[in-house]
Amino acid sequence: MDFLQHLLSTATSTLSDVLPIAGIILGFQLLVLRQNIPNLKSVLVGFVYVLIGLTLFLVGLEEALFPLGKLMAQQLTDPEFIRSTVDTAGTTLQWDDYKWIYLFAAAIGFSTTIAEPALIAVAIKAHQVSGGAITVWGLRVAVAIGVAFGIALGTFRIITGTPLHYYIISGYIIVLIQTVYAPRSIIALAYDSGGVTTSTVTVPLVAALGLGLASTIPGRSPLLDGFGLIAFASLFPIMSVMGYAQLGEWRLRRLRDAKNDNDPENSD
Amino acid sequence: MTQFRAFLGTLLTSLRDLLPIILVVGFFQIVVIRQPVPDLGGLLYGTLLVILGLAFFVRGLEQALFPIGESIAYSFARKANLFWLLTFAFALGFGTTIAEPALTAVAAEAAKIAAADGHIAAQQVTMDSYALGLRLTVAVAVGVAIVAGVFRILRGWPIQYFILGGYIGVVIMTAVAPPEIIGIAYDSGGVTTSTVTVPLVTALGVGLASSIQGRNPLIDGFGLIAFASLTPMMFVMAYGMVV
Repeated sequence: MDFLQHLLSTATSTLSDVLPIAGIILGFQLLVLRQNIPNLKSVLVGFVYVLIGLTLFLVGLEEALFPLGKLMAQQLTDPEFIRSTVDTAGTTLQWDDYKWIYLFAAAIGFSTTIAEPALIAVAIKAHQVSGGAITVWGLRVAVAIGVAFGIALGTFRIITGTPLHYYIISGYIIVLIQTVYAPRSIIALAYDSGGVTTSTVTVPLVAALGLGLASTIPGRSPLLDGFGLIAFASLFPIMSVMGYAQLGEWRLRRLRDAKNDNDPENSD
Repeated sequence: MTQFRAFLGTLLTSLRDLLPIILVVGFFQIVVIRQPVPDLGGLLYGTLLVILGLAFFVRGLEQALFPIGESIAYSFARKANLFWLLTFAFALGFGTTIAEPALTAVAAEAAKIAAADGHIAAQQVTMDSYALGLRLTVAVAVGVAIVAGVFRILRGWPIQYFILGGYIGVVIMTAVAPPEIIGIAYDSGGVTTSTVTVPLVTALGVGLASSIQGRNPLIDGFGLIAFASLTPMMFVMAYGMVV
């Protein structure tokens, strides 16, 4: 009964998310563009798929993965547990005693990003548009590495208590420098990937981790430090996606150079 | 039959997408925390729902969200009516954001914080109007972002100047905005880009860039999402300064 109710309420909230969009599209199609929607039946079925898909996805996450993920975040950030993993009994915990937290932060950041539906959508489009130069998996893994690094660094920041804006401003500066050197075709896509990572799957789990850490470490405010992680998770993918493109370009250049060296007719 | 087989394929892909989470959770639960998983049955059942949901969503993506976004982009490009294109862009940004459940939650939370701080009166009416004001602010911000982004695609202006300007704006406003609004402002940049909006907006941008001569869909077509996550931060900080 509880489950049915949950299913129903999620379906309603998904519907309220989709309906305005459908209304706007329909209104403009009929009133402004004055044309029928091509393959109307197939599109409508597709919209129903989106509805069913998002509802099942959210209910599944909330019923199973989120509670367990949050419980794990709590258990891992418990000072008792952290003490049990280090030998130095009695002394206060140092930042390098939190190894499992950094690993968990990176792993959960990576794996939730891989499952993020919005990122899948952007990766499919990027693959189509780039003529195959950007692979769906290549982009997703690049973004996931960025999120993993960002969240691990974010937990380090909470543990050490260094101010958030130092990190964000240095991050911005690195992004700007990379923008100058990265291939032009990747820049817009890289900026976009910063926005799509912080979505359905990643935010609740990462917020639970931040909250757990901030409430067990003395002197941290859960309210302020919980959100810091999300900011990290949307900054670092920009760098890793540009890095991914730079790496690809560099490898291509090396390959070409090697070819020219071996080919006596081309050497000059 | 082929439909069924195609769906089975999508299902397998979804399973693969979810495998990393399953591995991570399993590893930490068994090796690090060393405790049995509470309610294993419920966990498996939930995971099954997630896989099924992802498979449905990806099908719907290819069948509805992508084609519709592109078809609208092509129609507008053919009609070459700038006014209606920009009106559509604003409506899409505003309309998808105002109803976003995550934003409603954040706005209500923000009103509570503001009331607890004594920033606004701790009455339900004041809190409701504060929350509504915040939601409207974010929705207008996203509408403006999509309009600016579409205009950029039409002109083919390089995106980095806009982002650079946005970053500078965010940094300056962070310095002058009231501290209690900053966290909410940064958060609101993330909640606006929902799972339904992203594919639609991406298809719109890419569709526009491919149907206009001299635009490259990869260079010019992306970037709408980046705009939509940048403007809410500035608009919400401005809201915090005014209210």
